[in-house]
Amino acid sequence: MSKMSNSTVDKFAKIKPRMTPSEALVDSSRCLFCYDAPCIKACPSSIDIPMFIRQIMSKNTKGSAKTIFKQNILGKSCGEVCPTSVLCEGACVYHELNEKPIDIGRLQAYATGFAIDNDIRFFEKGKSSGKKVAVVGGGPAGLACAHELTVLGHDVVVYEANEKAGGLNTYGVAPYKFNNEDSKKEIDYISKIGFNIKTSFCVTSEKLSKFEKEYDAIFLGAGLGKSKKIGMLGEDLNGVCGAAEFIHELRDKEQKIKVGEIVIVIGAGNTAIDAAVESSLLGANVTVVYRRSEADQSAYDFEIEHAKKHDVKFMYLTSPLEIVGDEHSENVTGIKCVKNKIVKSNKNGKSSIEPVKNSEFTISCDMVILATGQEKMEDFFKAITGLKLDNGKIVVNKHFQTTNTKYFAGGDCINGGKEVVNAVANGRDAARGIDKYLRGELKNG
Amino acid sequence: MADLNIDFAGIKAPNPFWLASAPPTNTSYQVMNAFRSGWGGAVWKTLGQPIVNVSSRYGAIAYKNNKMMGLNNIELITDRSLEVNLKEMKEVKEKFPKHALIASMMFEKKEEWHDCIKRCEDIGVDGFELNYGCPHGMCERGMGSAVGQNPEVCERITSWVTEVATKPVIVKLTPNVTDITKPALAAQRGGANAVSLINTINSVIGINLETMEPNPTVDGFSTHGGYCGPAVKPISLNMVSEIANHPDFHLPISGIGGIETWQDSVEYFLMGATSVQVCTAVMHYGFRIVTDLIEGVNEYLDKNKMKSINDLCGITAKKMRKWEELDLNYKVIAQIDPNKCISCQLCYIACEDGAHQSIELVKDSRIPKIKEDTCVGCNLCSLVCPVESCITMVKVNTGKEKLFWANHPKNPDKTNEKISLKK
Repeated sequence: MSKMSNSTVDKFAKIKPRMTPSEALVDSSRCLFCYDAPCIKACPSSIDIPMFIRQIMSKNTKGSAKTIFKQNILGKSCGEVCPTSVLCEGACVYHELNEKPIDIGRLQAYATGFAIDNDIRFFEKGKSSGKKVAVVGGGPAGLACAHELTVLGHDVVVYEANEKAGGLNTYGVAPYKFNNEDSKKEIDYISKIGFNIKTSFCVTSEKLSKFEKEYDAIFLGAGLGKSKKIGMLGEDLNGVCGAAEFIHELRDKEQKIKVGEIVIVIGAGNTAIDAAVESSLLGANVTVVYRRSEADQSAYDFEIEHAKKHDVKFMYLTSPLEIVGDEHSENVTGIKCVKNKIVKSNKNGKSSIEPVKNSEFTISCDMVILATGQEKMEDFFKAITGLKLDNGKIVVNKHFQTTNTKYFAGGDCINGGKEVVNAVANGRDAARGIDKYLRGELKNG
Repeated sequence: MADLNIDFAGIKAPNPFWLASAPPTNTSYQVMNAFRSGWGGAVWKTLGQPIVNVSSRYGAIAYKNNKMMGLNNIELITDRSLEVNLKEMKEVKEKFPKHALIASMMFEKKEEWHDCIKRCEDIGVDGFELNYGCPHGMCERGMGSAVGQNPEVCERITSWVTEVATKPVIVKLTPNVTDITKPALAAQRGGANAVSLINTINSVIGINLETMEPNPTVDGFSTHGGYCGPAVKPISLNMVSEIANHPDFHLPISGIGGIETWQDSVEYFLMGATSVQVCTAVMHYGFRIVTDLIEGVNEYLDKNKMKSINDLCGITAKKMRKWEELDLNYKVIAQIDPNKCISCQLCYIACEDGAHQSIELVKDSRIPKIKEDTCVGCNLCSLVCPVESCITMVKVNTGKEKLFWANHPKNPDKTNEKISLKK
């Protein structure tokens, strides 16, 4: 390994490294073992957190992993990528005492990592139902759904368009949270129960029609599409890319990619912050440009703090007007912006803004990352008979069944883009819905 | 500033904090370091006939992340020669003439006791402590707790010592008895000048679940050992109070067992001790802890406008009563401060599953509610609550007169005579 790649590895080292046994003992011993604990309620996958922590304390690490996996088979990645400070750890009663909450995410990764590293598995394929289910999308929702369906005795094939399964865990989250090796190990561990994953398999509308005949049910866990374009001049210039695509490439090439010297990130959501920090780690001078105020940004506070630690600068109340480039080379040379002012602050929503007259200015840069959200895969879904969409999101009932009874859905394609843990919970519950449907227990089934 | 100097049964020391006879008092090197750190006295590691120690000697019990909540040992008395010990004790006494140096001893024959007493007095020790306590190794040879458990033997051997000793004699008692006052009174009859307690409690500290061997293991085997450390303090406090409250017992008491902080030592003083001895805490943290013991007790005395340890002695012991002397009409009930509650609901589940089902959950709230009509005032909720003074036990004015068991309607032997309590 060259010196250069070594330093790249160090820069992207885990920000939440695996706990040592003594760290795990110290932190697990602090847990109060609350009754009807707030942390469980704050977990979208409802893991019995006090119980798994107590099991770590009693050195029953295996039992701890089982407690986690019973609710969340992707408990390892969730422990590492979840925004725990706004979920379980945010609900920890220690906050009421102004004390540090229990480090739940790292304890969860500790126990589940132990089970995965030692290949200790707790589930096996259920008694065969003779039913076949196609899972479209090998991300967290699809994997959780496929695992639960297999436990329930159904034959499952997961279809994944990318070269590797894992979805966000493989192509979306920052590598200092969860890297390719972590993702591969987790997927191998989960799929050993006995379902197939067909990668580099792009499910088209035509393929879906075929699936409808071959499979008894279909789960849509297709996630989101490409990064949105804003519709301003210069978006096609060399050096302009979407945040999702940028992170996809970074993860795919294991951080061995080049960034510009001066990078502008448009948008201030969590993906924008990830792209900004990653660019900074790769050596760029990074500025996040956001049209509204600091209070309006949707990225979590701890992500913003993390970005600031990595020298990412923020320019608020600034709207991009046009990306400018060199006429001949068609390379980006800068971005023309205008200053905004707040017209009306809205406590419950985002503030209203309007441009400040004659405040246009241009920032020089050689790379622009657009992080203003991802498109929904509306066209693909529209081709499915009777599938109702709401604002591009698939509409489902409490069993995660769509308006086309054979189709179930979960994850980003129904919620518009949430956390990995939400997708896992959806996939798990959808599998239970599909099981009911296949056994004729659903009204519409 | 209070005066921490003590005169314990004639043994003078700059403060009441002594090192108990144990590994920390094995050598002059250690004892001199201890005196430099501020300890007021030291009871030298027990002198006796030659012994050999095993390798692997201590075992500990942890509670969650707290190491050494209790410690046990299968180590015997000093394994160094009497000559070496006496030479080092002499050095200590010469360098620290104002500190209390007490020789702990354990022998079988009268002549051995007499010989050692004389040699110790020759080098200037301030007193003796008779080790009638070790529950392991020595008792099988008719020494240690074998003596402490038999009041007659205890009295006899004590009298052997007191007939020749010119310095004060402390008898160290074993807690491995059903009634601690019996050996204490026997020591008094034998002419002892004071008692110290407790020695260690007979115990097996635990089992290694990997090997299924007992701890501490000596090549796969172990033996019962002596238990000490923070976990034993409640047992010792009870025994100290029983002796202190016995109408026929009049000697000073040196308290031992689980003393780590100044608060621990104050509890012993309040129960009737006028010196305390420390071992496990020093084995855990070193001699330096004495600074806080001294400062803490000084502050406490000042705060209570007291001049010396003697002012504290026995205040709480007098508040120990027989169960039937407690007022059955006294009532407290739990009260939760909603502003302090962190909504862990541990009080709820403790009361619900472990006590009297007198706390209920409130819809749309995480703050539990006390059922005042059924709360028996057991304290459990306030004990499990992780927040300081969030749950308090509040006295209820029942308007009833004091009622003791002797006069209680449910007592089959009920009497109408008024019970008079000693002040």
